Amino acid sequence: MQNEGEFRIPSGCAISGVFSRSGKKFNGESIIKSISTMHDRSNGLGGGFAAYGIYPRNKDLYAFHVFYDSVRAKEECEEVIKANFDVNIAEKIPTRRIPEITDEPMIWRYFGLPFEKLLKDARLDEKEFVARFVTKVNTEIKGAYVFSSGKNMGVFKAVGFPEDVGRYYCLENYEGYCWTAHGRYPTNTPGWWGGAHPFSLLDYSIVHNGEISSYDANRRFIEMFGYKCVLLTDTEVITYIIDFLNRKQRLSLEEVAQVIAAPFWSEIDRMPPEQQKKLTYLRNVFSSLLVTGPFSILLGFTGGLMALNDRLKLRSMVAGEKGDMFYVASEECAIRAVEPNIERFWAPQGGEPIVVTLNEGVNV
Amino acid sequence: MVIDYLSPDYEVVRNQQRCIACRVCERQCANEVHSYDPDLKVMKSDDSKCVNCHRCVALCPTHALKIVKNNDTFKINANWTNEAISEIFRQAGTGGVLLSSMGNPQPYPIYWDKILINASQVTNPSIDPLREPMETRTFLGKRPDKLERNADGSLKTDNPYPNLELSVPIMFSAMSYGSISYNAHESLARAAQELGIYYNTGEGGLHEDFYKYGSHTIVQVASGRFGVHKDYLEAGAAIEIKIGQGAKPGIGGHLPGEKIVGDISRTRMIPEGSDAISPAPHHDIYSIEDLRQLVYSLKEATAYKKPIIVKIAAVHNVAAIASGIARSGADIIAIDGYRGGTGAAPTRIRDNVGIPIELALAAVDERLRQEHIRNNVSIVVGGTIRNSADIVKAIALGADAVYIGTSALLALGCHLCRTCQSGKCNWGIATQRPDLVKRLNPEIGNRRLVNLVSAWKHEIMEMMGGMGINSIEALRGNRLMLRGIGLTEKELQILGIKHAGE
Repeated sequence: MQNEGEFRIPSGCAISGVFSRSGKKFNGESIIKSISTMHDRSNGLGGGFAAYGIYPRNKDLYAFHVFYDSVRAKEECEEVIKANFDVNIAEKIPTRRIPEITDEPMIWRYFGLPFEKLLKDARLDEKEFVARFVTKVNTEIKGAYVFSSGKNMGVFKAVGFPEDVGRYYCLENYEGYCWTAHGRYPTNTPGWWGGAHPFSLLDYSIVHNGEISSYDANRRFIEMFGYKCVLLTDTEVITYIIDFLNRKQRLSLEEVAQVIAAPFWSEIDRMPPEQQKKLTYLRNVFSSLLVTGPFSILLGFTGGLMALNDRLKLRSMVAGEKGDMFYVASEECAIRAVEPNIERFWAPQGGEPIVVTLNEGVNV
Repeated sequence: MVIDYLSPDYEVVRNQQRCIACRVCERQCANEVHSYDPDLKVMKSDDSKCVNCHRCVALCPTHALKIVKNNDTFKINANWTNEAISEIFRQAGTGGVLLSSMGNPQPYPIYWDKILINASQVTNPSIDPLREPMETRTFLGKRPDKLERNADGSLKTDNPYPNLELSVPIMFSAMSYGSISYNAHESLARAAQELGIYYNTGEGGLHEDFYKYGSHTIVQVASGRFGVHKDYLEAGAAIEIKIGQGAKPGIGGHLPGEKIVGDISRTRMIPEGSDAISPAPHHDIYSIEDLRQLVYSLKEATAYKKPIIVKIAAVHNVAAIASGIARSGADIIAIDGYRGGTGAAPTRIRDNVGIPIELALAAVDERLRQEHIRNNVSIVVGGTIRNSADIVKAIALGADAVYIGTSALLALGCHLCRTCQSGKCNWGIATQRPDLVKRLNPEIGNRRLVNLVSAWKHEIMEMMGGMGINSIEALRGNRLMLRGIGLTEKELQILGIKHAGE
């Protein structure tokens, strides 16, 4: 049996997200409850969470979460981390032994900042330096895998049902203003923890439900820009696309959505001239980053959350609001389970991005 | 004494019971195969003149005719085939170079037929093109590396580079006025306009009547520079520099003086009766840096408003050559495979020089991606594309669009008799004889070309929908949608695809 990354695995999934616009922090229990109502949408071969605002005491440091298959991999990786980063904390990520979760790798986290001198020498901005570092570790050190690399956020994932993964990582002990969750239904048994979702780079994290048909067109294009797709999953390539468009090309998230879930030409042709020109230009310039086939994604980033469906809405996704709270999930039940008195429910249109951000002035 | 008698390749079989001696065949055959014997009151035929173009067969009102392969044979020999022996006799008799027309007919592998297309099952849905939008629109040309914004933060949406917009990723490839007829050109020009695509003048210039189709015309600049002047360059939507042609890589062209008459002489801007000789290389391009100068000369001449296409034949080192072209300022690279058609080429060259377009395309697309310059250029491939499945496979291998030449001529009535060089095309395509040219009605020619491309578009949409892809751009370079069948490890590696079952 080949490992994830050696071939491509389609999978179905459940996703859920909860976001507090006022920056109110809450622990992982509600997101676990939400995702567990969609138990049947996963098959126990992958679950995970992303949480924002969970490391307030080290919020200015990059938090690397790393899986190690062997002591040798850990030694090799730590050597590279310490050579590049001023590491403040290196510790095991606390976990709870439960029978549902087995075959665990060593799971460590490191908080630190890149050495100033290295940044200057490399003539890279800090984020680019970190992104390249993560790519290097994940492609070059066998048995080491960095699965979370943002500031004041973290990804927690494993092979198992998501509710078990949540208990395993003791998520009740973390408090964040934004949580996303993923339950996976892959069509084989990869048995590798790195293959579970969310997929994350810097502070971007993505949970995704779908199987995109444009995969190889997207992959072969984005790899021209220094990214390496090693997992061969949709989530990985979508994360890189968003990183490229949002961070490197400086497109707004709405514009990013106009590229990856572009309106149909038949719609563009009916738009007012200015808008028509803009969308035609975006579609043309980034034509290879159009994502087709079913997807519903939740993109977490510092201070916000974006929900986006493919342009035909081939995957279910509903959103709800109550007060400052925003909810989004594959199924309505996953929202009602955590907030029975929802004020507004709606199904976002295909290709229509829902972007929620912290209220102005909120500091997390 | 040596006698160079060669038994004809084909035999005209006439069912005398059906034949009513109406003499249609006689009037239709420019090769003068058929004749009427007034004494016996029967039609006769001279097989030695027959090129098997099927004009008489198609027009015989009583279906009395058929053309069959002559089964006369030299002693069977797997090495010294009939063809090999006959060619020696012909060359020993004449001392001449063997000439042929249309694409390489030899039984080399056709990789399109060893590639299979994917479809969605269960894990993601196929999309029904009758119910949902299915997009085949695409753009050709360079794309900017970076977006720019205005002072107010809004996006600058003027494309800094000229592009071609295609409603479907198919274009009619270069065929000159001279090699094909006025009516054939008119059919292609009108169809291109109606379809929202482009046709290509070839190196024969642009007839003054066709300037009105300029917005759907690609004008070619070849080594002979025939018909090239300022208005010509400005008339087209794009300019193609022809370096090579798949049917005859590395050699030039020769349109004999007897075909340089009237409009053709005027359009090519050369005196009547003079031979039109296109040199093998462009004599101002002896290296890649010279190409860059020609690209920019043409851009300067047209105020940077037209994309420049550089067309090359698929040869062994095609990936490296394409990489050079992608850095030359060209906007589009057109690659012509070794099965591409021609109005006339030396047989040995047509049948032995160049490589399959499938392998060339895969190698070029991959190389340009490895060098991070795939966005600098679009890739157009031809030679040959026979149907919509070939197109889907070409796009998935990495092409932006395809060129069709032979397929377009077939739609116009060509029966692939491969005798274009004689100038006696009974279908009114590869000829300048007014009585033959008028057999091709541009109205009908246009209709048939539009039909063909529309039919293919429907098929492409069905195949895309089956794969769950609703935009042609998401198919481009999407090699996971392809699998090889009966291919070696090496072939799969070059094509960048997996084997069926993997």
